[in-house]
Amino acid sequence: MKLPLRFLVPVLAFAVLVAFFVIGLKRDPGQIPSPLIGKPAPAFALESLGDPNWIVGPADFAGRPWLLNVWGSWCVGCRQEHDALMAIAGQNRVPIMGLNLWDERERALRWLADLGNPYVSVAYDPDGRTSIDWGVYGAPETFLVDASGTVVKKHIGPITLQVWQAEFLPLLAAGAQAP
Amino acid sequence: MMRAAWLVACLALSPIAGAVDSGQRFDDPADQSRYEGLIRDLRCLVCRSESIADSNAPLAADLRREVESLMRAGKDDQEIYAFMTDRYGDFVLLQPPVAPRTWLLWAAPVLFLVGGLAAVGVVVRRRASAARADPATLDEEPDRS
Repeated sequence: MKLPLRFLVPVLAFAVLVAFFVIGLKRDPGQIPSPLIGKPAPAFALESLGDPNWIVGPADFAGRPWLLNVWGSWCVGCRQEHDALMAIAGQNRVPIMGLNLWDERERALRWLADLGNPYVSVAYDPDGRTSIDWGVYGAPETFLVDASGTVVKKHIGPITLQVWQAEFLPLLAAGAQAP
Repeated sequence: MMRAAWLVACLALSPIAGAVDSGQRFDDPADQSRYEGLIRDLRCLVCRSESIADSNAPLAADLRREVESLMRAGKDDQEIYAFMTDRYGDFVLLQPPVAPRTWLLWAAPVLFLVGGLAAVGVVVRRRASAARADPATLDEEPDRS
């Protein structure tokens, strides 16, 4: 019975290797987990995209859940998710704030005029400083902040109604039941 | 001659290829080299395998600017790394931190080396004892009988 052991070692080593590869394949390298989950939403006070005199920020939503959607008129994924965002806004479940990243006011406003405006307000972040505080590394990204002001969810990439229903709505329902 | 000319040209151009951000940000050479060290240690999150020193992605430019302003605000290296990991997680560091959950990662090269040496040791010892017990198994030896 010397043979089995000799073959067992490489076979076991190979099995471990395969296990690592399978786990690696199932993980999406595009999804970098956010350290912000469970932490208070980073505060900011930025000029509104349409009106530099109107200062907008997370403080506007104190005491209720809201969404922060990072977008820019240069961003292809944002164009892709726009219909879904319009539908989510139409459900009137939560207000959506836009965070307009690396953009020009005129272009961004034209985008909203052409495609529809799902946002209750849009914060203007041309140099990306506020986006860094939120750990944004691309667009689109969508955050859910609960009534206590805690970030509870981050979705990276275009949001879809499926993702909305499966991952966001249950969190909203759970938040509504909490005292 | 041609070859020498090429070599000189390549050497002359190599500093340009080295980093996207070759600009002088600090007058003090010590500050400048500290700045360059920091941006080489931080990952550009959109380009994954590049540091923010090597990438010309907009995010990398923003993060370089952030490193510069944090340095000007008098933050030390640890505070700057903490600023980045608070926002982007450990993934932003090109060199993962040594923590209980990364011990296996850091120990892996040593473990593989020890495992390999142990395997070699076992095989060598087994062959030696097999040869002692039965010299005929040594088929490399020329048959002198």
